Amino acid sequence: MAKKSARASTPRVNDDIGEELRLKMYRMQLEIREAEQRAYDLFLQNLVKGTSHLSIGQEAVAVGFAAAMRPGDLSFCTYRGHAHTLARGVPVEKVLGELMQRDNGLMRGKGGSMHLTSAKHGVMGSYAIIGAHLPIACGAALRAQYKGHNDVSVCFFGDGTTNIGAFHEALNFAVVWKLPVVFVCENNLYMEYTPIGDVTAVEHPAADRAGAYGLDRIIIDGNDADIVYRTAKAAYERARGGRGPSLIECMTYRHSGHSRADPAKYRPEGELDRWKQHDPIKLYRERLKQFGVAEEAITKIETETMRMIDAATAACKAAPPPSMDILTTDVYADGGFAWRN
Amino acid sequence: MAELTYRDAVARGIAQEMARDPDVIFFGEDVAKPGGVFKATVGLYEQFGPKRVRDTPISEQAIMGAAMGAAMTGLKPIAEIMFSDFFAVCFDYIANEFPKTRYMSNGQLKCPLVVRTGNGAGSRFGAQHSQSVENWCMMIPGLKVVAPSNPRDVIGLMAAAVRDPDPVIFFEHKSLYPIKGEVPDGEIVDSLGTAAIARPGKDATILALALMVPRALAAAERLKTEHEIDCEVIDVRSLVPLDTQTILGSVGRTHRVFTVEENPRLCGWGAEIVSIIADEAFYDLDGPPVRITTPHIPLPAADILEDAILPTVDRIAETVRRSLQS
Repeated sequence: MAKKSARASTPRVNDDIGEELRLKMYRMQLEIREAEQRAYDLFLQNLVKGTSHLSIGQEAVAVGFAAAMRPGDLSFCTYRGHAHTLARGVPVEKVLGELMQRDNGLMRGKGGSMHLTSAKHGVMGSYAIIGAHLPIACGAALRAQYKGHNDVSVCFFGDGTTNIGAFHEALNFAVVWKLPVVFVCENNLYMEYTPIGDVTAVEHPAADRAGAYGLDRIIIDGNDADIVYRTAKAAYERARGGRGPSLIECMTYRHSGHSRADPAKYRPEGELDRWKQHDPIKLYRERLKQFGVAEEAITKIETETMRMIDAATAACKAAPPPSMDILTTDVYADGGFAWRN
Repeated sequence: MAELTYRDAVARGIAQEMARDPDVIFFGEDVAKPGGVFKATVGLYEQFGPKRVRDTPISEQAIMGAAMGAAMTGLKPIAEIMFSDFFAVCFDYIANEFPKTRYMSNGQLKCPLVVRTGNGAGSRFGAQHSQSVENWCMMIPGLKVVAPSNPRDVIGLMAAAVRDPDPVIFFEHKSLYPIKGEVPDGEIVDSLGTAAIARPGKDATILALALMVPRALAAAERLKTEHEIDCEVIDVRSLVPLDTQTILGSVGRTHRVFTVEENPRLCGWGAEIVSIIADEAFYDLDGPPVRITTPHIPLPAADILEDAILPTVDRIAETVRRSLQS
C-alpha cells in the first residue's frame, strides 16, 4: 500500500510514475466513473436499453493496466467491459452510443453493451460467455509469439470466472506454451449475486489457484491505480521478455449490483460504506494532492470531464437509431449473409 | 495422378497449405509427434517443425479459443477436435464465438480458421464417439460447413477452407480414412459451396454426404442393373454455403428426390434441403421427397446393431425402388 501520511505542504517527490501519467490516470478513472454514472442515469430515462454491467468502484484496475500498455497491446474484456474499452482511449460517445443503441455506437448497435469492440484501439472484443476469452487471449498471444511480435494480450475477467473450466484450460495452455498473456482477475467479492467465497474452494479464487499452474501468487489492491500500474508493467515486461504468462488478482468492489436488474441487497450492512472509504477515485485525488498537484488543476480535469460527457450524451441523443441496411451485413467476410446460391 | 487414401489426403492437404502460407499453423491433441490418433496427420510435425505443428493438452475449449485468437490477429490456424462428438464440450466457440464475432463487432473482427474433426459411425465406438454432427454446425449463422467424401475432395476442400476468410468446420468421416482414390499431382484447390454430380442419371436424384456418397453410388449401380432405374447421385459436399442450384437443377430433371443422411432424423441436413425443394421446386416433383436417415436414437456400439441403423446400400436401393415403382 502507498503511504498516506504526506501533507499538501510537503509534497512527495515525484517517482517512477510521474505527474503527467498520474494526471492522465486520474482523468481516465474519472471519465469511466462519470460515463458509467451517465449510462445509469440514461438507463433510468429508458435511453440505455438492454442490460448493462457497471464497473463503478473498479476503475483503477482498468486504468492501471491500460496505462501500462503500449499501442498494439491487446485487451480482451468481459461484458463488464465499458471501463476497459474507455481506458484504451475509445471515445465516450462511441461507447454511450452503443449502450443507447444508436447509429453512432461502436458497433452501430449490432453488439450492444456486453460486446464492446474497437480493434483499432486494441480492444479485441468484450465476451459475455464467462471464461470464453481466456483461451482466445492465449491464441492472440500465440500469434505474437509465433510471428515474433512484441505485443502482450491482456485478459480481464471477474472472480466468478475462476470456477469455469476455460479458466483452468487457458492457464495451463498459456504456461505450457509460455505465452505472452496477462490474466487479470478483478475480485469484486461477488460472482453475480452470490459471494465468491460461498462457492469457491479457496479464499483467493485466482491467486490461490496460481500455484497449480506454476505461477506466482499475486494479490494487489485493485483500487490503487499506482499499484495496479506497477504490477501491470512488471507483468508486461515478463511477457515481452519471453518469460510467459502472469495471473494477477486485483481486490476491488463494485458499488452497484451485478447488472441493471440487481439492487445488490445481498450485501452485509456497512460493506459498501467501508469500500467507499477506499474508493479508487477518492484515493487517487488525495494521491495527486500528496504529490503537490494544485486543487485547481484537479478541478479543471473534473470540469472538462463532465463537459465532455455532457457533449457525448447530447451527440448520442441526437444520433439516429441504426439503419436497417446493416441488419444482414458482416455475417460472412464477403460482407453479407448468403448461405446458399 | 496417384492413388491416395483419404487419411493421407488429409496430411497432404494440410501440407500443401502450410508449404504455401507460413501463417498456417496446426494444433490439436496427439496430432504432432504421434501423427494423430487416426494417423491422418503423419509427417507434418517432421516437415514443418514444432512451432507450426503442436500437440495440445486435452483442452477442447483452449484449442478452439486459441485458434480463434490466433485467427483474429492474423494467423490461419487449423485446429483438430479428435472426435466431432467433443464439439459438445467446446460448443461455445462453435455456436457463440467464431460465427458471431464479425457480426457483433460490425465487421471489425475476423475469424478465418479451420476446425477439422473425425465424424461419423462405423468404428463401433458407441454413442459418444460415432455421431454425425454436421447438422449441429449447419444451423449456426456465420459458419461454413464441409464434409468431403473422397481423397481428392479432402485436399481441394481443405485448401479452400484454409484460404477462406470465414470459420470453416471440416468434417472428415472416420470410416472413409482407409478408402483410396485417384488424386491429381500438384496443387489442388476446390471451392466451398459447390455440390458435385457424382453420377448422372434421369429417374431420381439421390443427395448424399460423406460416407453416404459411396453407399448411394453403390445403390444407384444396383438400381440400374437390377431394376433399370437410373439415379443421379449428388455429393452435397458443402452444407454451408449450400449449392442449391445444382440440387434444384437435378430435381428439375429427375422429378424425384431422396436424401441419404447419417445424422439422426430430426433436423438433419436433408430436412432443410427438402424444405427448400418444397418451396422452390414443388411442381417439378412427381412424388414426395423421401429422407433416408439413421433413426432418432443414440448410436449403439455393437457392430450388428450399428450396421442395422445406418443407411445401407440395401436400404437406399430398396427405398428408392419402392418409391418409384409404387
